[in-house]
Amino acid sequence: MEIPYTTEVRPDTGLTNPKLGIWLFLASEVMLFGSLFSSYVLLRSGAPTWPVQHEVLSVPLAALNTVVLIASSVTMVMAWASLAPHAAAVRDRLRSPNARAMASPAEASAEADSLKRYRLFMGLTLLGGAIFLVVKAIEYGDKFSHHLYPATNNFLGLYFTLTGLHALHVIVGMIVNAYLWGPGTRMWRSEPERFANRIEVAGIYWHFVDVVWIFLFPVLYLL
Amino acid sequence: MRGHVLRRIFSTDHKVIGLQYGFTSMFFLLVGFSLVILIRWQHAYAGQALPLVGGLLGETNAPGGVISPEFYNQLGAMHGTIMVFLGVVPLAFGAFGNYIVPLQIGAPDMAFPRLNALSYWLYLAGGLVMLVSFFVPGGAANNGWTSYAPLSDIAAGHGQTLWLGGMLLLIFSSLLGAMNFIATIIQLRAPGMTWFRLPFFVWAQFITAFLLLLAFPALQAAAVLQGMDRLVGTSFFLPSGLVVTGQPADVAGGGNALLWQHLFWFLGHPEVYVLILPAMGIIAEVIANNTRKPLWGYRLMVYSVFVLGFLSFVVWAHHMFLTGMGTAISAFFQATTMIISIPSVIILSALILSLYGGSIRFNTPMLFALAFMPMFGLGGLTGLPLGLAATDIPLHDTNYVVAHFHYLVAPGTIFALFAGVYYWFPKVTGRMMNETLGRIHFLGSLICMNVIFMPMFVQGLAGVNRRLWDGGAIYSHAQETLSLNVPMVYAAFGLAFFQLFFLVNLLVSLRAGRVADTNPWEATTLEWSATSTPPRAHGNFDRPVRVYRDPYEYSVPGAAAGFLPQNAD
Repeated sequence: MEIPYTTEVRPDTGLTNPKLGIWLFLASEVMLFGSLFSSYVLLRSGAPTWPVQHEVLSVPLAALNTVVLIASSVTMVMAWASLAPHAAAVRDRLRSPNARAMASPAEASAEADSLKRYRLFMGLTLLGGAIFLVVKAIEYGDKFSHHLYPATNNFLGLYFTLTGLHALHVIVGMIVNAYLWGPGTRMWRSEPERFANRIEVAGIYWHFVDVVWIFLFPVLYLL
Repeated sequence: MRGHVLRRIFSTDHKVIGLQYGFTSMFFLLVGFSLVILIRWQHAYAGQALPLVGGLLGETNAPGGVISPEFYNQLGAMHGTIMVFLGVVPLAFGAFGNYIVPLQIGAPDMAFPRLNALSYWLYLAGGLVMLVSFFVPGGAANNGWTSYAPLSDIAAGHGQTLWLGGMLLLIFSSLLGAMNFIATIIQLRAPGMTWFRLPFFVWAQFITAFLLLLAFPALQAAAVLQGMDRLVGTSFFLPSGLVVTGQPADVAGGGNALLWQHLFWFLGHPEVYVLILPAMGIIAEVIANNTRKPLWGYRLMVYSVFVLGFLSFVVWAHHMFLTGMGTAISAFFQATTMIISIPSVIILSALILSLYGGSIRFNTPMLFALAFMPMFGLGGLTGLPLGLAATDIPLHDTNYVVAHFHYLVAPGTIFALFAGVYYWFPKVTGRMMNETLGRIHFLGSLICMNVIFMPMFVQGLAGVNRRLWDGGAIYSHAQETLSLNVPMVYAAFGLAFFQLFFLVNLLVSLRAGRVADTNPWEATTLEWSATSTPPRAHGNFDRPVRVYRDPYEYSVPGAAAGFLPQNAD
C-alpha cells in the first residue's frame, strides 16, 4: 500500500508530507543556529575586549558572497518555475494509454524546452553554491596565512565554527541539487509532479541556507 | 534468500523498525543497569575487590578487582547517558511510538519510511560509538552524564570526544524521528480521525516529538562547540585564567563554562518530559482499557500536555541555582518550575480519577499502571524542594536528587514501559504473556526499586554527594546513613533477578504463549482492529479504515457490547 499524500495535497491540512517534513526540519535548524547565535551573544557580551570585526574579516568578499547566494536562490526558484506549471500536463499524458499520440509537436517541444530551462537554472544554482564555497575558501586561506586560527580568540573561533557549519549546509544542499540536476531528473518522466515537489522542497532548504547567511553576514562582519 | 534477509534487516516498515528499536533499547537498558550495579556495589563496599567479575574489568579499570576512581567516574557518566539517550527514550519514543502510533491513527506506515529506517541505523551507530568508547585508551567519557565544562573540555583521552560524536549521531536520529512522527500524525490520520479522537498516547507522542525537534538542536550546538574546543583548540567553554592541577592552562580563554550548562539544560529539561510523556500516554491507554470506562478529563489531559510541552522550554535553569547566575534569574525559573507542576498534577489526577467507579481488571499491565501513579507522584512531589532555590542549595547534587528523578524514571517511566510491553505484546506476536510470571516480575520490581531509591532520600538529606567513589565514607556527619548502602546493593541484585522473570516470559511467550485473538483486551483503539502481527509491508489494515468514535467508548449506556471500537459505525 502506498503512503498517502506524498505527492497530492491532503485537503484538510493543505500540505504534502515532504513539504511539512522540510519545514519541521528547518524548525530544528532554526534552533541549532539560534543556539549558536545565542552563544555568540553571550560570549561577546561577556568579553572584556572584542576585535573590530570588519578589520579582521573581509567585508567586500562577504558582500560578494551575499550577492552570489541570493542570486542562486533566485535561480533555484526559476528552476522550479520552469517545470512545475507543466507537471500536471506531463502526468496526464503519461497516464493516458496512447501517450505518444496525445502530445502535439508544439506541446512536446514546450515540454522539452522546460526541461532544458530547468537544467540551465539548476546548473546556475549549483554554480552559485560553488562560487560561494570558493570565495569562502579564499577567505579561510587568507586568515590562515595571517596566522589567524580558530584557537586564536573566541571571535575567530565563532567565525570559523558558524561559517564552517553554514558551508557544510551549502555542501549538503549542493549534493541534493546536483542529484536533482543529474540522475534525479529521470523522475520527471515517470512521476513529474513528485519531481516538481522535490525541487520545491530542495528549494525551501536552499533558501533557508541563504537566510542563515543573511544573518551571519551582519553579525560576523558588520556589527 | 540473502536479499530477503537483507530486506528484513533494512526494512522500512514501521513495525519492524519499532521492534528493532525495542530490542536494541532493551539491550542498552541492560547495559546501563549492569553499570549501575557496579556503582551500587562500589558504594556498599568501597575499595574492596569485586567478587566474580572483578577480574573481567581489566587491570586499568579495576586493578586487583578494585574499581578505580577513574573507572567509577566512567560508570556514572555512561550509566546516565546510556539509560536516558540509548535506553528509555528509544524504547518509549522509537519503539512504542513507531509500532503503535501509525496503527492507532489508522495509517499504512510512517510518512517517511526510509527516513524512519535511517533514524534507527543512526541510533544504533550512536549507541555503538558509546559502547566502543569504553575500550579506547583512557576509557569512556567520565565527566558525568551532563558533561559539564570546563572539566569535559580538558578531559584527557578520547572518551569525551567519542561521547560528543555518538551524541551527534543520536541527535540526528532523534531529529529525523521527531520530524517523521509529527508529519505522520498530522498527515496520515485515517478519515474521521479528528484531533480530539486521537488516543491520548498519540497526543503524548506528538508533543514529545516537538520537544525532541526543538530542544535537541541546543545540545547539537553545544556538542559542536565542545568538539571545537577539544579538537581545534578554541576556548568557548574555557574561561580566562583557568588553572588545571596547579598549572595555568594554555588556552586563549574568554570562554564561559555556564554557556555549556545553559545549552545542555535547554535540551536537558525538555528531555525530562520526553522521558515521561510517552509513559503517561501508555498508562492512559492501559487505565482506560482496564477500568472499562472513558478517561476522566480527556480534553483536560490533552490541554495539559500542551502546556507541559510549552513550559518545559522555560524551566531549564532550575538545574543551575548553584552556579551563581543571579537571584533574579533564579526567581524567574523557580516561578516557572512551580507553574509546570500544575499540568503534571492535572494529568496524574485525571488518571487517578479515571479509576473511580470503574470495574477494574487487575492484569499485569494494569498492575504496572497502578504502581506508576503513586511512584511517579512520589518522584514529582520530592521534586518541589529542588525547584525552589532556597531548598535546592543544600540538596543539590546529593543522593536526594538521584532518588527524586529515579522515582520518576525507574518505577515511573520504566514501569509504564513494562505495562506497554505486556499490553501490546499480543498485538505484536499474536500471543499473550504469562500472567503469573508477570505478577512476580511486577511485585519483585516494585519492592526492589523502593528499597534501592527510598534510602537515597535519607542519605541525600544527610548531605551525601552523589558522585563519590567511596559512597560518602568521608562524611563524618553522614556515617549513620551509610549502612543503607548494603541493602541497596542487595536490592539491586534482586531487581536484576526479577528481570529474569520478564526476559523468560518474553522469550517463552513468543513461542508458547496462549494464542490471542485480534483484540484480547476488548479495547477500542484502532490498533486492535488490525490483525495481530500485522503484515510487514506498508499497510496495516485489511480494509480501509474509517473512524466514527472517540477513543475510549467503554461501557456506553445502551450499547450492545461493553466497548465500541473507534471504527465501529
